[in-house]
Amino acid sequence: MSRLRFVIPLGVFALLVVVLAVGIQQSPDKDLIPSPLIGKPAPEFSLPSLTDPAQRVSSGQLLGHWYLFNVWGTWCVSCREEHEMLLKIKQSGVIPLVGLDWKDDRDDALSFLKDAGNPYATIAVDHDGSEAIMWGVYGAPETFLVNPQGIVTYKYIGPITQQAWEREILPRLPMGRTPAMPSSS
Amino acid sequence: MSARTDSVLIVALVAALLLGSSAAYAIAPEQMPTPQLETRYLALIQGFRCMQCQDESLADSPVDLAADMRRQIRDMLLAGRTDQQIRDFMVSRYGYFILFKPPFVPKTAWLWLTPGVVLLIGVIAALTVIRRRAALAATDLEDNDLTDA
Repeated sequence: MSRLRFVIPLGVFALLVVVLAVGIQQSPDKDLIPSPLIGKPAPEFSLPSLTDPAQRVSSGQLLGHWYLFNVWGTWCVSCREEHEMLLKIKQSGVIPLVGLDWKDDRDDALSFLKDAGNPYATIAVDHDGSEAIMWGVYGAPETFLVNPQGIVTYKYIGPITQQAWEREILPRLPMGRTPAMPSSS
Repeated sequence: MSARTDSVLIVALVAALLLGSSAAYAIAPEQMPTPQLETRYLALIQGFRCMQCQDESLADSPVDLAADMRRQIRDMLLAGRTDQQIRDFMVSRYGYFILFKPPFVPKTAWLWLTPGVVLLIGVIAALTVIRRRAALAATDLEDNDLTDA
């Protein structure tokens, strides 16, 4: 019994170490906060189009198609980093990209796309940042995968890489929709 | 107040709003029309986490996104939403992570219950030790009495 008295605190301490170690290991990256929108309908919206402000881009038009909803801005450095990959995705013809130009200057956005190429099928303008809040966006670029029923099935935070495209996005698309891979040349 | 001063006030207010929205302010004292709304507004923005600088509240954060979110909360208050509706809205977009005080739901139950459980274990342990010591002390006294006698 007297021996046990020394073992008990040690045991409690060891248990604490294990609990804290697991906690640290399991704790998700602080920068990647899971989206509560996954499995839920994408926010409904109707916003002016970047390329033609007289036209509107709405969630209703997008129903019936898989699409990637990509939040970007010319002020966002990581978005420029991601741009080449977006062009490859467009080239692959696997899934259309719908852009949300977040708190951007229209002329800057248009001239950037003219110079760097436009990967988007259509681009909605979120001038004051309220649409981004609807999607729970906290830093560009963020990309949502939306299915033909308008349900958000996946969210990717940060610039899409070749690896993210191959391992995270392509496998989530229905079979038979994964033809020509964008070449990594 | 005359109608004329009223309209001057409105023009000034509109001008202030227009200027305010284009200025890149850090943490502007955003006024609400009534003291009650102001109190609720301040309480709400102190309860939400800024998603970009995660250890600051929306009330303290100078980043653009926090300003946009404060505007969203202000708009919802002005539209007559309750505090709970506003909290639910924010959670539906950003998850529980946005709340500084997590709610009591199954997923967070351990978080709330662990301190109580630990306290209970401590109290039981302390009581056991105290009782045992008291019993020991009592027998010691008896022993002493015996030897003294």
